[in-house]
Amino acid sequence: MSRSVKKGPFVDAHLQEKVDKQNKNGSKQVIKTWSRRSMILPEFIGQTFAVHNGKIFQNVFVSENMVGHRLGEFSPTRVFRGHGNVSGKK
Amino acid sequence: MPRILGIDIPANKRMDIALRYVYGIGPTGAKEICKRTQIDPAMRSKDLTDAHIGAIVKVLQESFLVEGDLRRQVAQNIRRLVAVGSYRGSRHKKGLPVRGQRTKTNARTRKGARKTVGAIRDKTARKIDGSTKGPEAAKA
Repeated sequence: MSRSVKKGPFVDAHLQEKVDKQNKNGSKQVIKTWSRRSMILPEFIGQTFAVHNGKIFQNVFVSENMVGHRLGEFSPTRVFRGHGNVSGKK
Repeated sequence: MPRILGIDIPANKRMDIALRYVYGIGPTGAKEICKRTQIDPAMRSKDLTDAHIGAIVKVLQESFLVEGDLRRQVAQNIRRLVAVGSYRGSRHKKGLPVRGQRTKTNARTRKGARKTVGAIRDKTARKIDGSTKGPEAAKA
């Protein structure tokens, strides 16, 4: 079931604060965040986020098309290195 | 066999069924079209008059996204996901399930027919492990 429209999009308050501050004084510093669950709002466009993927912070530059997605969608948590390649073992 | 919108030729079936042969029209859409054009859903499509077909086409053009246009829109949505670099886009690109389904087993619709990957190591390794090690490795 999708989220009630009444509530509006979810953004972690601490992240929202940082973005608002940056937008106010027009700075484009990278915002480091763990908040993968926050939805990307139109205000975020043009900002760069360093989104934690469990190991490192991946830089995500937010463009217009990303609005409505979550930050986490752009910072993959898994690395698939392929099957096979037993040669190294034993 | 009547033609609707050029390409689609629904068969000798009830109208509420025949209309579903158009890409983008399902059970609900077919019923709505019958209602709005005042065609009896139980009528067979071979009995359609030109006036009926005209009415159907009119409704389709007014309020349905159908066939090529719909396919294009779907493809466009997927292209957007890929272009923007999202997880869902990468799943589409890899041909794997997009909505978090398991892939350890199943997922055959997305992955296609099973491709057996034999575990052929070098000969010494094969002797050690026997044939108990299943599909795990392959060189191309």
